[in-house]
Amino acid sequence: MAMARFVMRELVGLAIASAAVVAGAVVVATAQPLAAGIGRAPTPDEVAALDISVAPDGTGLPRGHGSPREGELLYRSTCAPCHGARGEGRAEFPALAGGVGSLASAQPVLTVGSYWPYATTVWDYIHRAMPYDSPGALTSDEVYAVTAYILRLNGLVAETDVLTETTLPRVVMPNRDGFIADPRPDVR
Amino acid sequence: MPAATSRLGAGRRPYGARSSFETSRRAFRDDSATPGTGSSRTPLQDSLGILTPSALHFERHHSGVPVIDPATHELVIHGLVDRPRVLTLADLRRLPSVSRVHFIECAGNSGREHEGRPGADPQQSHGLASCSEWTGVLLSVLLREVGISSTARWVIAEGADAARHARSIPLDKAMDDVVVAYGQNGEALRPEQGYPLRIVAPGWEGNINVKWLRRLHVVDRPYMLRDEAASYTDLMPGGKARRFTFVMEAKSVITRPAGGQSLAGPGDYEITGLAWSGRGAITRVDISSDGGTTWTPATLSEPVLPKAFTRFTLPWRWGGRPTTLRSRCHDETGYVQPTRDALIAARGMTAGPDGYNHYNGIKIWTVDGDGTVRHA
Repeated sequence: MAMARFVMRELVGLAIASAAVVAGAVVVATAQPLAAGIGRAPTPDEVAALDISVAPDGTGLPRGHGSPREGELLYRSTCAPCHGARGEGRAEFPALAGGVGSLASAQPVLTVGSYWPYATTVWDYIHRAMPYDSPGALTSDEVYAVTAYILRLNGLVAETDVLTETTLPRVVMPNRDGFIADPRPDVR
Repeated sequence: MPAATSRLGAGRRPYGARSSFETSRRAFRDDSATPGTGSSRTPLQDSLGILTPSALHFERHHSGVPVIDPATHELVIHGLVDRPRVLTLADLRRLPSVSRVHFIECAGNSGREHEGRPGADPQQSHGLASCSEWTGVLLSVLLREVGISSTARWVIAEGADAARHARSIPLDKAMDDVVVAYGQNGEALRPEQGYPLRIVAPGWEGNINVKWLRRLHVVDRPYMLRDEAASYTDLMPGGKARRFTFVMEAKSVITRPAGGQSLAGPGDYEITGLAWSGRGAITRVDISSDGGTTWTPATLSEPVLPKAFTRFTLPWRWGGRPTTLRSRCHDETGYVQPTRDALIAARGMTAGPDGYNHYNGIKIWTVDGDGTVRHA
């Protein structure tokens, strides 16, 4: 009986919330959420373990460090088989280095160095999805090191530079300002 | 008496399959060094009506199709929210649901037409698009549920696949019509389409329709993930690239008669095809069989739904002379599908990081005197 009354109350809550949606109000900002009993709150550790988001200003980067020198050995064993010894790419595996200054030409060469606007994106993508056949296998320091080596191949950091959660976002990529908003519909 | 009539038929079966006479199939290259990366194309020329059979829905994955147990799968919503939440599939099924028919189209669909390497048939030219009825919970319901903060502007959607594929979705879109879907055409999502949970962002490029959804991170700006900072941008002549080019503009293709088919001889035929727009409903489709000089409005088959495949038909009498067939669609915003020439005049011939994205030019098929239909 108590259960039935509970369900009834929830249904009434639902109807009120739906009416608020129709009225265009900012819904459930203060009142009880639509279905507060559904799901559970994650623990902070749970969120920390899952949250791999990294923003261009470095928000979300874990503490760590790596230099081009440290990254070279790892790059040669882990990345070069697909992306080439100097990041030149091979078959369906994209080039990682070169092409800076080519974007306006008839034969633009799009690489991490020539095209990617943010160094954090390089770190994030390696961390998230590489190595292709064993994603997630690299430690944070290894990701910093490999990122540093790829940026070194593009001449964007020095051999002795150390990338950290603080220095990585400060690397200015050549094509940072190479993007424009969507102008479509541009053809009528 | 036909054999099928003179003996008893087969028995019942718990999960059906198509007739053994039907052979329509997705097409893909299978010589890749990374089999999980790539795409398969929907055989649009075999499509009847507006729904794509789930088994024939196009595929695009970066790191293969994961196997996910729905009993243990969880969706985590966190970030700029008042009440972070972990939801199981069972939890999601308790929330108000919607069922919506929408196409999903890869940004690169028909890009080879732009490049000048037109597809030989509708599957090759336009097969990176499919249409399903999707069932799930509106993302706006989930976001109201967790209480988004006043500084929230974007929502990062992330998958549980090996690429942990993720995209930033603007909050306006998230609060508009995005569906967190668990159903496809009356049953659970197919693994290739994101089982057990995916984003459906109606009318927007396929890549942002994140599959195998496991995390929604409410943030204050786009995080510039690879597939929004570098890939899925459109490089223009002069070296600047367009980004956040989300919407798939109005497009149509005649699926019959079309490349790869042949007409049996002069006489009456039905021209039919599909039109769709990421900005809303298709309002009109014109067909020309004289090189684009005169256009005849086709009949739009009901239902005509926003951001969904719309079937068009037109009776046509072929006199037996060589000709061309082309279709041109209009959508509810007044937008008219442009020609390839007009698109190239505006956007040039510069390939971006993924080739040519967001091409939607008028598709032309050539009919030879012997009835053979080819791409023009």
